[in-house]
Amino acid sequence: MVALHQRVPAGAVKGPGARIQINELSHAFDLDGQALPVLTGIDLDIKPGEFVAFLGPSGCGKSTLLRLVAGLELPLEGRILVDGEPVERPDPSRIVVFQDPTLYPWRTVWKNVSLGLEARGLLKERRSTVDDAIRLVGLEGFGNAYPRQLSGGMAQRAALARALVNDPSILILDEPLGKLDSLTRISMQTEIVDLWEKRGFTTLLVTHDIEEALFLAQRIIILSDRPAGIITEIINDRPYPRRRGDPYLAELRHQAFEKLGMDATW
Amino acid sequence: MSSSDILARNVPDHKVSLFAKVSSGKPSIRSREVLAKPGEASWLRHPVWVAAAVLVWIALAVISLGVPDQPVGFGDAIYGRQTSIGFAVWALALALLAVASVFSSALRTRSLGWWPWLTVLGIFFISWELSTAKFVLLPVPFFAPPSALVEVYADDWPRLGDSLVNSLRLLAFGFGFGAAWGFVTGVSIGWSRSLGYWVHPILRFLGPIPSTALLPMAFFFFPTSFSAAVFLIALATWFPVTVLTWSGVAGVDKAYYDVARTLGADERFLIFKVAIPAALPHVFVGLFMGLGASFSVLVAAEMMGVKSGLGWYLQWAQGWAAYSNMYGALIVMAIIFSGLITLLFAVRDRLLAWQKGVVKW
Ligand SMILES: Nc1ncnc2c1ncn2[C@@H]1O[C@H](COP(=O)(O)OP(=O)(O)OP(=O)(O)O)[C@@H](O)[C@H]1O
Ligand SMILES: [Mg+2]
Repeated sequence: MVALHQRVPAGAVKGPGARIQINELSHAFDLDGQALPVLTGIDLDIKPGEFVAFLGPSGCGKSTLLRLVAGLELPLEGRILVDGEPVERPDPSRIVVFQDPTLYPWRTVWKNVSLGLEARGLLKERRSTVDDAIRLVGLEGFGNAYPRQLSGGMAQRAALARALVNDPSILILDEPLGKLDSLTRISMQTEIVDLWEKRGFTTLLVTHDIEEALFLAQRIIILSDRPAGIITEIINDRPYPRRRGDPYLAELRHQAFEKLGMDATW
Repeated sequence: MSSSDILARNVPDHKVSLFAKVSSGKPSIRSREVLAKPGEASWLRHPVWVAAAVLVWIALAVISLGVPDQPVGFGDAIYGRQTSIGFAVWALALALLAVASVFSSALRTRSLGWWPWLTVLGIFFISWELSTAKFVLLPVPFFAPPSALVEVYADDWPRLGDSLVNSLRLLAFGFGFGAAWGFVTGVSIGWSRSLGYWVHPILRFLGPIPSTALLPMAFFFFPTSFSAAVFLIALATWFPVTVLTWSGVAGVDKAYYDVARTLGADERFLIFKVAIPAALPHVFVGLFMGLGASFSVLVAAEMMGVKSGLGWYLQWAQGWAAYSNMYGALIVMAIIFSGLITLLFAVRDRLLAWQKGVVKW
């Protein structure tokens, strides 16, 4: 864990994050021959090193938006620029933690976590970062276990470790803590903030948990039902480290519920 | 202790403690129920089988030594005496094993599963010995006594061994080429659509033809009958290996590729480190089917054109009405082929250790 943090030179704090510009982005899928519009007219400018969270109803297109930013799919309309360059294909500078852990069942946890380094031929020099990442997510002793021997939450932590051993300029998190118990969740949230502060990558986070979004992100984008467009955004300029009991966050949460049209229950 | 050890130990413990909490009454009984393997027949593990097996084999030895052989038309049973002594030695060995397993619990648990089968086998041998050598109830040239089999192995082993070596050589070449080519073809057409476009119709058209149907043509086209047989065995293996490797590669979860691509994997990595390992369970099903197909083509080819091997031996034995030689060759065949399948499954279990609950051969 220490080594993971130390690899960024002192001067480079908040340095390596990339800028993301999304212009008039629309996307649709083909469902049984019919066009299923998923995203419409998304405009977004994300500063280098910013932490942005996305909230929206299930099935509205959050994962799709993240896949487009990652370059796993090409948008039907509009553009996505990362540091001025259009996104055309996946790149190891944009690491995704998927909603499903998708660990390779034929590889041990250690070999899963080291996947990115192996794919880029960096494994020899950086073996220790794999151990560090495994320790960071609390999976020490499970390096030789196969995915089928892990619980759902452990698998998700392994997937997080697999992302963290690379040095992304953008970290894309699709409900990465969804399957964790609340205690592990809280400690992982703190770890994510820590890593983000130390390494300075731009972070996109999809979550269903408003508290999580408020605790982690600087900006929360609220998306409409499918086809998803941006309804509004909430700026959260509270400095880090944040306290969960902060009355300001409670106030923001109230606002968020209002904007999601759920103020009646609050 | 490695971490997998930790897991292996922790998981059942965990289960037990959970059940202890839930069923506060009799936790130990509940947890044992949960942990017992389903379908485990306890009556097969009863110690009475040990006594039964030993008694049956002693009975066989007594019958074989005590009851005189009925003389049959042509010649005496040359190895009659030796066979009876063999039965006696085997019965004695079983008795010793039974006694030893009273004292050694390791031996007891290891041998527990054998006794019911040993009993049945003993009964089979008794009926065989009685209905052939002792009372000649079965038609003579077709049903030989056990001693005739001993005679085959004792007197004709050079020819039988030579046939076996030839068969194995042919099988190794044919299956080896077929499996390798099937694997390469399957991965290629699973990966590349345009290659699939060209290969798929050929596969659909030629694949289903039984290779044995091509035997006469192959012997005509190839310079030697050996190369013709290698080709046909390879073809018979190639088809199932190709189809299953192909479907394995084509069926790989697309999310696996997404993960690798975002982590910076190139196409080579996607093929060799993602597609192939993910498809490997299918590949082994293909290899298993291919091995079965290669056995039948091997035997047919040896019977029709290749003048050596176990298939040829069977043909030869039939020509001379040497039925006990035929049975002898069939038993060798069963042992060797079954052994090869066991070997394939052992390789699979090693390579696919990450899977659980795979079929045991
Ligand atoms: N490959 C695809 N082909 C066709 N339709 C798709 C595909 N992927 C997603 N969709 C559709 O796009 C819509 C948005 O899916 P997406 O996974 O982006 O939702 P989401 O906002 O991430 O939902 P959740 O919060 O439940 O994860 C869904 O209605 C889904 O059916
Ligand atoms: Mg999603």
